[in-house]
Amino acid sequence: MAKTEDEIMQGDLQGIPREKLMEMLRWMVLSRRFEEKTAEAYQTGKIGGFCHLYIGQEAVAAGAIAALREDDYVFTAYRDHAQALVRGVSSDAVMAELYGRVGGASRGAGGSMHIFDRDVNFMGGHGIVGTHLPLAAGVGYAIKYRGGDQVVLCFFGDSVVNGGPFHEAFNMVAKWELPVVYVVENNSYGMGTDIDRVAAVDDLFTRACAYQGKKAEQVDGMDVLAVYDATNRAVERARETSRPTFIEARTYRYLGHSMSDPAHGTYRSREEVQAERDNDAINSLVDRMEEAGLLTEEEYKELDAAVIEEVERAAEFAEASPVPGRDEIYAHVYADEFRGGLDRRDAWR
Amino acid sequence: MALITYREALNRALREEMRRDDRVFIMGEEVGEYDGAYKVSKGLLDEFGEMRVRDTPIAENGFAGLGVGAAVAGLRPVVEFMTWNFALLAYDAIVNSAAKMRHMSGGQFTVPIVFRGPGGSALQLAAQHSQVPDPWYANIPGLKVCTPATPADALGLLKSAIRDDDPVVFIEGELLYNVKGEVPDDEHLVPIGLADIKRVGEDVTIVTHSKMVHVAMQAAEKLAAEHEVEAEVVDLRSLRPLDLDTYVASVKKTNRAVVLEEGWPVAGIGAQIVDDIQREAFDYLDAPVARVSGLDVPMHYARALEKLIVPDAEAVIRAVKHVCYLD
Amino acid sequence: MATKIVMAQLSPTMEEGKLLEWKVAEGDTIEASDLLAEIETDKANMDIEALGGGVVLKILVQEGETVPVGALIGIIGEEGEDISSLLAEAEAAASGTPVEAEPVESAPVESPPVAEESVVPPAPPATPPAAPEPVAPAPLAPVSPPVEPPPGVELPHSHAGESSVTGTVKASPVARRMAHEAGLRVSDIPGSGPGGRVVKRDVEAAISAGVQASAPTPPTAAVPAPAQADAALPVGPPRLVDETLEPSQMRKAIARRLVTSIGPVPHFFLTIEVDMGRILELRKAMNGRLESGKIGVNDILVKVTAEALARHPEINASWQGDTIRRHGSVDIGIAVAIEDGLITPVLRDADRKGLLQITTEASELVGRAREKRLLPEEYQGATFSVSNLGMFDIDQFTAIINPPEAAILAVGSTSEKAVVVDGEITVRQRMRVTMSCDHRVIDGASGARFLQTFKAMIENPLELVL
Repeated sequence: MAKTEDEIMQGDLQGIPREKLMEMLRWMVLSRRFEEKTAEAYQTGKIGGFCHLYIGQEAVAAGAIAALREDDYVFTAYRDHAQALVRGVSSDAVMAELYGRVGGASRGAGGSMHIFDRDVNFMGGHGIVGTHLPLAAGVGYAIKYRGGDQVVLCFFGDSVVNGGPFHEAFNMVAKWELPVVYVVENNSYGMGTDIDRVAAVDDLFTRACAYQGKKAEQVDGMDVLAVYDATNRAVERARETSRPTFIEARTYRYLGHSMSDPAHGTYRSREEVQAERDNDAINSLVDRMEEAGLLTEEEYKELDAAVIEEVERAAEFAEASPVPGRDEIYAHVYADEFRGGLDRRDAWR
Repeated sequence: MALITYREALNRALREEMRRDDRVFIMGEEVGEYDGAYKVSKGLLDEFGEMRVRDTPIAENGFAGLGVGAAVAGLRPVVEFMTWNFALLAYDAIVNSAAKMRHMSGGQFTVPIVFRGPGGSALQLAAQHSQVPDPWYANIPGLKVCTPATPADALGLLKSAIRDDDPVVFIEGELLYNVKGEVPDDEHLVPIGLADIKRVGEDVTIVTHSKMVHVAMQAAEKLAAEHEVEAEVVDLRSLRPLDLDTYVASVKKTNRAVVLEEGWPVAGIGAQIVDDIQREAFDYLDAPVARVSGLDVPMHYARALEKLIVPDAEAVIRAVKHVCYLD
Repeated sequence: MATKIVMAQLSPTMEEGKLLEWKVAEGDTIEASDLLAEIETDKANMDIEALGGGVVLKILVQEGETVPVGALIGIIGEEGEDISSLLAEAEAAASGTPVEAEPVESAPVESPPVAEESVVPPAPPATPPAAPEPVAPAPLAPVSPPVEPPPGVELPHSHAGESSVTGTVKASPVARRMAHEAGLRVSDIPGSGPGGRVVKRDVEAAISAGVQASAPTPPTAAVPAPAQADAALPVGPPRLVDETLEPSQMRKAIARRLVTSIGPVPHFFLTIEVDMGRILELRKAMNGRLESGKIGVNDILVKVTAEALARHPEINASWQGDTIRRHGSVDIGIAVAIEDGLITPVLRDADRKGLLQITTEASELVGRAREKRLLPEEYQGATFSVSNLGMFDIDQFTAIINPPEAAILAVGSTSEKAVVVDGEITVRQRMRVTMSCDHRVIDGASGARFLQTFKAMIENPLELVL
C-alpha cells in the first residue's frame, strides 16, 4: 500500500529524518556532478595547477558536515571542493576559485587547494600534508579560551597519521581537552602508495589509543548514515565535554590522486576500482531510500537535473568572472599598506 | 626613565599587553611554571593563569601551528621558542600557514601572532645552538621581522608586534638579555619598519641590527678617537619592512657604507641592503659598499675559533678605513 | 552535432601528449565516460574518457604519434554526419595554413585558454600561428644628430673623451657627479684612490684649488621624511599616487633636443592675469572671523596652487633622466628671501590641508627660514614652488626652476587696473602670474590648462570646493 505524503515526509532511516537524508543526498550528488564538470574544465585547460578530485568519497564530507552547527568550524586538506560545497560555500564561488577568478571563494588567490570562506567558518584547504591539524587544535583552543561551545571538524588523508603534526596535535587536544573532531579519510592510498606499504599500524583509528581522553572509532565511509551517526556523537561529546574524538572513515577515491595522475596502474588495478564503484555511496543511499519509500526515481531524477543545472550555472559564472588585475597582486599579503618594498625593488615589471 | 635590562623590558612588554588586551596569551616550552628558560615570562603565570600562560610539550611544529589557529580564530598569541634554533621544526607553520593564510584566502583571514625567542650566536654552544636565523624570515612576504638591539627598542617593538594584525617574527639577541638601557616610564611603542640612527656621523654609514649594533658603536667610538672618522650607525630594528629611506638618505650624506651582520654572508640581509644602496644612491657613492658578516661556516665550539667567526669591532674598523681610503 | 576529441591537458605542465593506444575504432558506438584512448603525458600514462556519447566517426592521430595539447585527435558524432569542415580545419591546423573555421557549438573547447583568461602561461596553441609579416627594423636614427657636450661639461654616465691608457678614467660615482656639477672633467683631476680612482676628496681638493666652475644649482637631493602615519590628514578626492611613466618616443626626443638648447633645464614661460576681487573679499571675510593669525594672500595662493596641481598631476612631476616621475603628494616650496640668498621651505601635502593649517604652518616655516633654522628635510623635496615678489611692487617676472621640480610660479603684485567687463570699462584688482615650465615634462598646452584652473579658482573661489 502506497504511503501518504505525510508518512513519507515523516519517515526515516535509522532514526535520521527524511529531510536530513534528502539534504545529505543532495550534497553528495552536487559534489559528484560538480567534480565531473571540474574534470572536464581541467582537461580543456580552463583550470590549472594541481587539482585533486573527491569522486567516490562524497559520503564522508556529506555525513560529517551534516552533524555541525552553523557556527562550528571546518578544516580540510587540499582535496577540498566537496567539503567547501557541503559546508555551504556556493558552487559559483568554488568554481570561480578553480578558474582563478576574482569571483572565487578566495578571490582566485588560492585555487583548487586553497578554498576559504570566512562567512561559513570554512577554514580552508591546506596544501602541506598534516599542516592543518595543529591549526584546527588552535581554533579549539580559542573556543575553550572564550568559553564557547563550538566544535572544530578537521578532515585529513590517511598519509597524515605517519607524520609529526598528527601526533603533536593529538597530544595537545587530548591533554588540554579541546573540542576538535578529527576525521581521517582512509582511502587506502597516499597518492600512489598503499597505506600497508608505509604504515606500521594500518588500522588507523587505533593510533589514538596513545592519547588518553581521545575517543576513536572506525566507520564505513561509504555509508553516509554511519558517518553522520559517528560524527554526530563525536560533535555532541565535544560540545558538551570539550573532548576530542578521532574517527576513521574507510572510503575510496575512484580517480587518480590528482588530475595528472592515473586512476589505476602500478598501484591498483582497474578491476579493483570498478569493484569499489559498484559499492557507490550515492547509489547505496538512493537504493535504501527508495526501498523505504522515502524517494521515487522521479524525485531523484529531478534532484539530479537541478544539481546539473546548478553546476552548469557555476561554470558560466566562473567563465564570466573577471581575471584578477595587477591591483590584486599585493592586495592581501598584509593587513596594512606595507608591501614589503618589492614594488620599489623591481622596477622592471 | 628607568635603567632596566633587555630581559626586563621584554617582560614588561608582555605584562603590559596582557593586561591591556585579554586576547593576548603566551605559550611555549617552560614559559609558565619554570618562569621561562631565559626568564622573559617571569611571574606571568601567577598573574594571568594557565589558559593565558601555557606550558607546551616540546613539539614546535604542533604548538606553533596551534598558535596560528588560535590567531585565525581571533586570539593574539605570543608563541615563545626557547631558541630560534628549535623553530626550524615550526618553519612550515610559520611560512606556509601564518605568512600565507591571509593571502591564500583572498584577505579573509587575519593572523595576529608573534613568534619570539632568542637568536644569534651565544657562547660556545656550537653549531646547532649558535646561528642567526634573521634572513630566513626576512625573505618571506607575509611576515614582519623585528630584531631589537636595546631595552627601549625591545619594549617598544614587542608591544607594537603584539598589537600588529600580521604575523611578526621577533628575534631577540641571546647575548643581549642582560644589556641595560634607559627605558621610558610611560607607554612606549616603536613602529615596526622604522630604523633608528644610533649615532650621527658625517664620514661613513654603518648599517646593522641586533647585537651587531653594539659592535658598530664600539667601532664608531674608536674610529672617532683614533682616526678622526665620524661614523653614522643605522640600527635597522626591523628587517621586514626594511627602512631603506633611512639608510639610503644616510649614505647619500656620507657617501660611504659598511653593512654589518652577524649571520652568514651568502643571501644574508646585508646583500639586500647593498642592493638598495647601489640602486638608490649610486651617484652618491665614493667607494664600493663593504660588507662585514659572520664567516661562512657552521659555528665552532672552540672559543678561539668562535671569536674569529663572529664579527668584532676591529673588523668593522678595517672595513670603514677601506671605504674611506685610509688603508 | 559532431564533438571533437582533443589531446586533453592532463597535467599542469603537459604541452604535448603521445597517443599510446586507441580503445575504440572508427564506427564504434560509445557512451559517456567510456575509455577512448590511453595517452602518455609528461608525468604518467592517462586515459581519455568520452565526455558524451555517439559514434566514433574519425580517428586522426595514430598510435605512437605525439601531438600538442588541444590538437584534434578524433571526432564523435551521429552516424553519417558531415564532418568535412572539421576535417579541413584539422588538416589546415596540421599544415599551418589558416582556414576560416566555422564555429562548432558542441566542441567543448578547441584550444587552451587565451592569455587574458588565465594568469598561468597558456599551453602552445593547437594552430601554429601564421608566419608573421616581415617587420621593418625599428628606426634607430636619432631625431637630431648626436650633440657633443660643450667644452668643460661632462655628461654623467658618459665616458666619451675619457679614454686613457687603461681605458676609462676610474672615478667614484659621487666624484663623477660632483665634478660634473662643478663643471670639471674627472680626467683632469688626479686620483688618490686605489688604481688612481678619482674619489670625493680629490674633487673637493680640485674645487678648493680654485678651478673655475660654472656652478649650476645642484639638484636638491630629496630626503624623504621617515615613514609616518598620515592618518591624521583628511583623505579626500582627488587621490594621487606615486607613479613612474614611460615617456613616449616623441617625449624622449623633445627631452633630448631641448636639453641641449638652453642649459640643463629647458624653460619656457606662461603668463596669465587673474582677477583678485572675489578672493580678496573672501579673505577679508575669513579674517574677520579669526581671532588670531591672519590668512595672507600668499597662503591662499599656495592653497589654490596645490588644489590646481592635484587636478593636474602632469604638472606635479619631475624629469628623471629617462622617465617622468609623477609625485604622489603635492609639496609646495615657498620661496623666502633671506639675508644672503633664498630658501624654499616645503609645505607638505598642501592639497590635503585646509587654509588655516596652511597659514599656521607656512608662517612657522617662513619664520624659521628667516632665522636659518630649517632642517634639510624641511627645505628639500618640493614638487612645485611659488615665488612671490608682489610685496616689492614687481608687476611680473620669471623665476628659475628649482630642479627636479618641473615648474615654478612667479607671482606679481595686485594692483587696480582698468579692464573691460561686459563691454564696460571698470576698475578691478588684477594680478599677473608667470609659470616657468620644464619643457621636458610640460608642454605649452598642459601648462596653460593648469593656469586656467588656477585662474578659475581665484576668480571663483567656489571652484576650490568643487
